[in-house]
Amino acid sequence: MSESGSHNDVSENLPGEHGARGSEPAVKSDPFANPGLPPHEYRRQDIDERSAKHSERIVAGLYTLSMLGTIAFIACFVIFDIDKYVYIFPFGHVSALNFSLGLTLSVALLGIGVGSVHWARTLMSDEEIVDERHRADADDELRENIRQQWITGAKESGFGRRRLIRSTLYGALALVPLSSIVILRDLGPLPRNSLAHTLWSKGKVLINSNTNMPLRPEDVAVGSLTFGQPQGLSEADEDFQDQIAKSAVMIVRLKPEDIQDKREADWGHEGIVVFSKICTHVGCPISLYEQQTHHVLCPCHQSTFDLSDGARVIFGPAGHPLPQLRIGVNADGNLVALGDFSSPVGPAYWERP
Amino acid sequence: MSTTTESPTRRPATHPGERIAEWTDGRLGLYKLAKSNMRKIFPDHWSFMLGEVCLYSFTILILTGVYLTLFFHPSMNEVVYHGPYVPLQGVRMSDAYASTLHISFEVRGGLLIRQIHHWSALIFIAGMIVHMMRVFFTGGFRKPRELNWLFGWSLLFIGMFEGFTGYSLPDDLLSGTGIRFMEGAILSTPIVGTYLSFFLFGGQFPGHDFVPRFYSVHILLLPGIMAGLVAAHLILIFYHKHTQFPGAGKSEKNVVGTPLLPVYMAKAGGFFFIVFGVISAIAAVATINPIWTMGPYRPDQVSTGAQPDWYMGFSEGLIRVMPGWEIRAWGHTLVLGVFVPLMIFPLVMAAIAAYPFIESWLTHDKREHHILDRPRNRPVRTGFGVAWLTVYFTLLIGGGNDIIATHFHLSINAITWFVRVGFFVLPVAAYYATKRICLGLQRRDRDKVLHGRETGIIKRLPHGEFIEVHEPLSQQQLHVLTAHAQPRPIELGPAVDENGVARRSSPVAKIQAKMSEGFYGEGSNIPKPTAEEYEEITSGHGHH
Repeated sequence: MSESGSHNDVSENLPGEHGARGSEPAVKSDPFANPGLPPHEYRRQDIDERSAKHSERIVAGLYTLSMLGTIAFIACFVIFDIDKYVYIFPFGHVSALNFSLGLTLSVALLGIGVGSVHWARTLMSDEEIVDERHRADADDELRENIRQQWITGAKESGFGRRRLIRSTLYGALALVPLSSIVILRDLGPLPRNSLAHTLWSKGKVLINSNTNMPLRPEDVAVGSLTFGQPQGLSEADEDFQDQIAKSAVMIVRLKPEDIQDKREADWGHEGIVVFSKICTHVGCPISLYEQQTHHVLCPCHQSTFDLSDGARVIFGPAGHPLPQLRIGVNADGNLVALGDFSSPVGPAYWERP
Repeated sequence: MSTTTESPTRRPATHPGERIAEWTDGRLGLYKLAKSNMRKIFPDHWSFMLGEVCLYSFTILILTGVYLTLFFHPSMNEVVYHGPYVPLQGVRMSDAYASTLHISFEVRGGLLIRQIHHWSALIFIAGMIVHMMRVFFTGGFRKPRELNWLFGWSLLFIGMFEGFTGYSLPDDLLSGTGIRFMEGAILSTPIVGTYLSFFLFGGQFPGHDFVPRFYSVHILLLPGIMAGLVAAHLILIFYHKHTQFPGAGKSEKNVVGTPLLPVYMAKAGGFFFIVFGVISAIAAVATINPIWTMGPYRPDQVSTGAQPDWYMGFSEGLIRVMPGWEIRAWGHTLVLGVFVPLMIFPLVMAAIAAYPFIESWLTHDKREHHILDRPRNRPVRTGFGVAWLTVYFTLLIGGGNDIIATHFHLSINAITWFVRVGFFVLPVAAYYATKRICLGLQRRDRDKVLHGRETGIIKRLPHGEFIEVHEPLSQQQLHVLTAHAQPRPIELGPAVDENGVARRSSPVAKIQAKMSEGFYGEGSNIPKPTAEEYEEITSGHGHH
């Protein structure tokens, strides 16, 4: 196969021959033979100095534009206040500083980039050069040489002969990473059964998360959805996030005759039922309530639960119903929990019964 | 020889730059390195710059990332916000979130760098996927480049985690929701799930540890590994020399193109500035991840339309469309509904990593390949690639099912079911369609070689017949269309040996032969025209 052809049709005002590009002629008998590199085609800039000058000016112009871009960047940095917002079509109200800094930086960078590419494309030689490839693997002689060196080295170490050394070394190397695993032990406490329990317990008053006031049955209208949390949990608590991640609830009131699940009705109070707000799929808080159908939808992965039927999963990737909180009314007339949730809240896990 | 060891005839260095080079050469052997690399030849093709986009966006990520560390506080200590962003004044939040607000509203240029950083991350991963597709469809992963395929694959794999840990750092409501999803996914792991979760979060979710832990992973551990992989990737590109497409003068034994100094220095160096400039312009006009609109993370709050960054969309799709299967027995729960999607991700990635080795196993091909394939000439491989992309995009639809439902007024249940069925059906359909198209294109190539190009010129002959003039292809075109090798499938050999005794083939060999037949058998390739066919047609009865 021929690797390249030759070209000899360069006219007189073109740069001189760049050397033959291989000399093997294409094999005539093979109609599909590689014809070799086609003759180099010169660009206008290669033969016309005026055209080359024009390209030079464009490149220099782009580099100058870049300099202006940097100066403008510094000027914008100084001029614009960080809280100044301007209306720019079609982007709307934008931060003047962010907008101007970004665009001037862009001009400064693109000037260099486009200029350099233009320089390479129009003025630097575009003549294709052929380079040989070399196989990665060694020839037989080197291969044998290395084999011998290896054998010599291995023999001198006695690694193969002194089996006691070899075995104990393997043992030591196998054991030593254990310390790096053991030392990670204090990354966190053991789970024990902390996932199965929340702050809710018998007598805990339900607090409206929006008003921070105890909830009374008459506050909960039919068709409404209220978010609640246990009494005594404050945003200022050190472990507030950990606790609210498990004990957030939603409180809805259905018409008692609409509740299809008997236990659900029993665990509620006059049609008021309380369910965990944490989705049983992967733990997003559920926030979308469709009051006509009593369905709630998790906005993350669209698991849908029927609150009139024990929060059964009716669509989506969740695997089990939302846990229900058994409620009653205390002596002050406030809604209270009568215990913890019926089952662990949130996503399922291996130890979950 | 006197006190000097320099050769007396050596020309003294005159230019200061040359003296620096001499000094360095005397200590590092610079000239020997330059000998094989300074005028390194790189072939030219637009698709070869896809990898460059990745390299440059990675560089931009490091530059802007270092800047961001100067202002970001990787701490989950609670603070009450008193900064200039009015809607959040008086709100409790983590120091991480507050410092991100500080970068966005009080550090001049901080918002720009944050946005450049985030846009670069999206472009980096998009670039890696498109670059990987280019390498896949053209067979650029074949010997001797299998290791570089693995390096690039590792960069993509780690890059996705790098992105995830990065956008989780501001501790805003959206990213916290993503972290919650991750925690739920980890919990689904059989036996060790809860332990992994407690060790990762330092206790119960969300705890006070994940931001500082993710921070050291995001700014030190993963970028360190990635920088090493990028360096190895580039060294191997230089060592192997770049692949090239078939063409006149190009062979398996040469590389044809323009030299690193000066052409590629200018082109590639310039292209870095172009990528940076374009990303700066995007960051100037297009807001990304406006964490101030989302508010600080609270595990009991969420926004609708929550979406991860795009490259996590397929895993979002998997998790959304998987039915919620749970197996409960002996006091334990096996959460298949979450664990199966969690496992499909690494399995698909592992299949991509293994592909070059599978393909060479099916050909017994131990040769080096430097000429790229035209995708049509490898119909099965191209079909696999398109099938994979089909799965990927189907899952992206699944991941955005809520957005698609609201924008196009479709039922979310219908979209979910479409994805559930499509996950299995569409890639198969895409595979067969692609393979068929490839075979059609091969037939067309064959036709062009044997009969020439259709010119569109209709000629009327003296006796009234109309013919279309076909123009014979140039030698170069003929070569390009016929340069590819067509591997033969591996054969098991005769069922009985020369003595008439039944030969036993191992089951593995049978599978190998069967798959090889699928890859390279009669149904998967149109025989390319032979020289004899060409001679017969072109010399026999003249040109049409």
